[in-house]
Amino acid sequence: MPALPYVANAVISGTLTGIVYGLMALGLSAIFGVVRLVNFAHGELMTLAMYGAVGAFQGLALDPFLTMIAAAVVFGGFGYVLQRGFINRFIHRPEHLQMLLMIALAIIIGNGLLLAFGPDARSVQTSYQLDSFELGPLLVDKARVYAAVAAVVATALLAAFFRFTLTGKAIRACADNPIGARVAGLPVAHLYAVTFGLGAASVAVAGCAMVQLIDVTPGLGPGYTLLAFVIVIVGGLGSMVGALLGGLAIGVSEALAGLLITPSAKSMVSFGLLVVLLLVRPQGLMGPGRR
Amino acid sequence: MTSDRPADAGDRRRLAPITAFTVAVALLALPLVGSSYLVSVATLALYLAYVGQAWNVMMGFAGQLSLGHSLYVGLGAYVAAGIFVHFGVGPWAGLWLAVAICSAVGAFIGLLAFRLRISGVQLSLLTVAFAELARIGFDHLDWFGGPGGLFLRVADRNHIDLLGFRGPPAMYYYAMLALAAGALGLCAFLLRRRPGYYWRAIREDEIAAQALGIDTFRWKMLAVVLSSAMTAIAGVFFAFYNNSLFPEQIFGFGRSIEIILGPVIGGLGTLFGPVVGAVALVLLGDGTTEILAKAGVELPGARQVVHGLLLLLVTIYLPNGLWPPLARALGVRPRRL
Amino acid sequence: MGSVTRRTFGVAAASTLAIYAFPRRVGAEAAKLKVGLLLPRSGLQALIGQSCQRGADVAPELLRQRLGVDVELMNADTESNVDTARSRAERLIEEGAQVLVGAFDSGHTAAIAQVAEQRGVPHIVNIAAAPQITEQGYKFVFRNFPPAPEIGRNGLVLLGDIFRESKVAPKTAVFMHVNDTFGQAMAKGVAALLPKLSLPFKVVDTIPYDPAAKDLTVEVSRAKATNAELLLLVCRLNDAIVLRREMVKQRWSPMGVVSPGSPGLYEEQFSKGLGKYGDNCISNTVWFNPKNQITHDFAAAFKKRFPKDEFAFHGINASYTFDAVLIAADAFKRARSTDPKALAEAIRQTNIPATDRVSFGGPIKFNAKGQVEGNRSVVIQNLRGKPTVVLPAELAEGKLVFPMPKLG
Repeated sequence: MPALPYVANAVISGTLTGIVYGLMALGLSAIFGVVRLVNFAHGELMTLAMYGAVGAFQGLALDPFLTMIAAAVVFGGFGYVLQRGFINRFIHRPEHLQMLLMIALAIIIGNGLLLAFGPDARSVQTSYQLDSFELGPLLVDKARVYAAVAAVVATALLAAFFRFTLTGKAIRACADNPIGARVAGLPVAHLYAVTFGLGAASVAVAGCAMVQLIDVTPGLGPGYTLLAFVIVIVGGLGSMVGALLGGLAIGVSEALAGLLITPSAKSMVSFGLLVVLLLVRPQGLMGPGRR
Repeated sequence: MTSDRPADAGDRRRLAPITAFTVAVALLALPLVGSSYLVSVATLALYLAYVGQAWNVMMGFAGQLSLGHSLYVGLGAYVAAGIFVHFGVGPWAGLWLAVAICSAVGAFIGLLAFRLRISGVQLSLLTVAFAELARIGFDHLDWFGGPGGLFLRVADRNHIDLLGFRGPPAMYYYAMLALAAGALGLCAFLLRRRPGYYWRAIREDEIAAQALGIDTFRWKMLAVVLSSAMTAIAGVFFAFYNNSLFPEQIFGFGRSIEIILGPVIGGLGTLFGPVVGAVALVLLGDGTTEILAKAGVELPGARQVVHGLLLLLVTIYLPNGLWPPLARALGVRPRRL
Repeated sequence: MGSVTRRTFGVAAASTLAIYAFPRRVGAEAAKLKVGLLLPRSGLQALIGQSCQRGADVAPELLRQRLGVDVELMNADTESNVDTARSRAERLIEEGAQVLVGAFDSGHTAAIAQVAEQRGVPHIVNIAAAPQITEQGYKFVFRNFPPAPEIGRNGLVLLGDIFRESKVAPKTAVFMHVNDTFGQAMAKGVAALLPKLSLPFKVVDTIPYDPAAKDLTVEVSRAKATNAELLLLVCRLNDAIVLRREMVKQRWSPMGVVSPGSPGLYEEQFSKGLGKYGDNCISNTVWFNPKNQITHDFAAAFKKRFPKDEFAFHGINASYTFDAVLIAADAFKRARSTDPKALAEAIRQTNIPATDRVSFGGPIKFNAKGQVEGNRSVVIQNLRGKPTVVLPAELAEGKLVFPMPKLG
């Protein structure tokens, strides 16, 4: 068992990374909770955003944190159009068809990225990328802190939106009672599209944060889609706080697993956690009580 | 599922048996007249058809979308290969052990699904989680070769050794043909008997079926276990055909997707869907590569994009798959599982 | 809802089947050797595959000048997928390939080897490290690349040379390795050899990590916690970059970052992505022989054909692939026939002197198992952003820097 500073460093690092994971999973949770669409292309959307951030950095010398805002807008719009114009037709089709539709999109986007950008890993090299904050024996990665802060801000904004704005409340109404919402005259298709747009925007922000931490390759998508699903299910489908908690749980548990067991097996912990949770509390940590 | 009455009855009713006969003759004669390349491509198509049919049993009969079916392929392959490499136990004996173990795992997953009422997305993700756990697990098991892979000793490929399941590619082709035909036959047989009626009843309206006294849990479990057992056999074949196994390659999520593409494109829950889908996938995939190669164009990743596009188009325009319209053209009523 | 008429179905089926059913029979042109080249040009291994391809692309011209032999390359993409590798191999043989070369990945190579053996077509492995490939008793499979345990052994021996040259030696080391085919084979080799080689250090911890892991913070943290003086690393390109960055972030400066024989540290993106932090990392790896005339010719032809690519970064992949084609051409010249069986026999008799090959090693001679012995490793250090040979002395192009300067 390594010394305390190392454990502390690992936990801090896991927490920070977990917060970014949480933001990524948030979008998925919102989309599933409201639109009831299983978005298997979630990881690919994030990969797309990461490439965008790299492009903005290399072409326009824009720091990814600045690109975040533009990315949120672009992806938000793109998500809205995609949902309203295309995916909406599939909302009432069987669940497996939706999943397959999104899987098809994921395959096309992922391989399209390979065709367009080639297999090499790309990264942004900001000036502070390799710096760390020194707090006594603790070394905290600067980029990770900034990314986590951005994720927290984005999450707070999203939460505020859903809580306090009229549109947000309308969306929550749709999620709780789709038929009632229609009866009440809410523009359901529009609201679904807004939700998808928000989900896409948040995954884009997560991507801009993530690109500081890892290099982007075309094949990143499926791994992160899977991770997002694990987090959402652990945290509870449709719960935003749950997504954050799930992200933290996964981030910290993987970090600790890396310290205590063979690091190459640390991914088993997330899947193990998923299996255990599905058996014990399938609605997730923050999910509603069993109906 | 709509049923069609053939328009010009006499003409069309003859077409189906003629087509079936032609196809059967072509399949049997293929290794004798076709090139080695054609045989290897055909073997792959038959493999995908078989494993898709096995997967379809779980989806069509029990209505559960498994996205981690590579688990059974991998387990079956590793179990049979492991005891072959370490104890010299041949594939025919290893087959039984592989089927037993995979059936047990399938039963466990079925238990989770039906007793604990985990369904939909959660179940699909559970199946993925198990496949991933197997992948990472086998990566750390030295007895099975770990990430370095498990290599089976390859004897002379020109002699047919049925006991050891070694021989020329034609032997593997016929074995796979037998398996695929067998799976088709089994599913068709079950459809006409009590299991088929019960399964259809459960799928149409489970509560009504229960009210009629059908033990829905037992029949759904049967479907899941049957599916995993059949897939295990595919794994054993894979092991002795390829003679090298790597956890990354055999348990990967991509493999699970590969398994479901055939049945989905061909027609979920239909009898011939997996076959049609597998053939379409292989023809299109290899065909794309061929056309691109002859045009002198090199586009890495193009084949996968074509697969994705095909999946997309089918999901949008032919949600019931390629088989139903094909069946109508042949004057056959598409049989659902 | 679309409908498929009988006619459209028939036409579609017939035309697609036609692509397969009738292989192109090409008349045997005895003056030209058709080499079927199988490499991963798409998928996960695409970067390496493309690197190998460059080495092959330069081959026909150069071999015509040196050996007076005409070689035609038939390129195929294994798509980083074993089923594709097998069917592509069959297809190449169908289209008249008389020799197969490939395929970098051990799993694909094994599948192609089976096809080649079954069809009696020689298969020359350019790069693949799994030992089992030449342990199967094949008669038609040949490999001019050292298996992973041999690479590991050579790499560890060179460690001793490094310490002798710099007159400094670490007392403790931590061994991190990627948990894949190569990493595991090397880990086993290292574990077995370390006690026998009387190296001055003790391995205090072994840390295997997941090749797909994006976050290696904890792994590096654990390695740093051991306070080991040396980092022994078996890695691949992407994780090498992540690891090195983590080391900088965590301010960990061991005496050296040394790979006993894996890719990653000497590759272009490592140096370009890490800038000055990529410098002074050491790889003990197979390489090309910079002192051979044929290497100069090869490098010149490479530079002419690919002016934007720095030859050193493609060194291993291009050289070993070129040498595989060279072996085929040399055998063709001696056999004076394109019959695969005659070619295989000629390959078995190969004896190319050490000075007439691009890759570094002894003479190219195949033992009874079809394996070339005596391929050697060199010590490569990243100096000013370029992988440079620093040991052995007779090949050195730069001066060894050991221990590494501390991170500022």
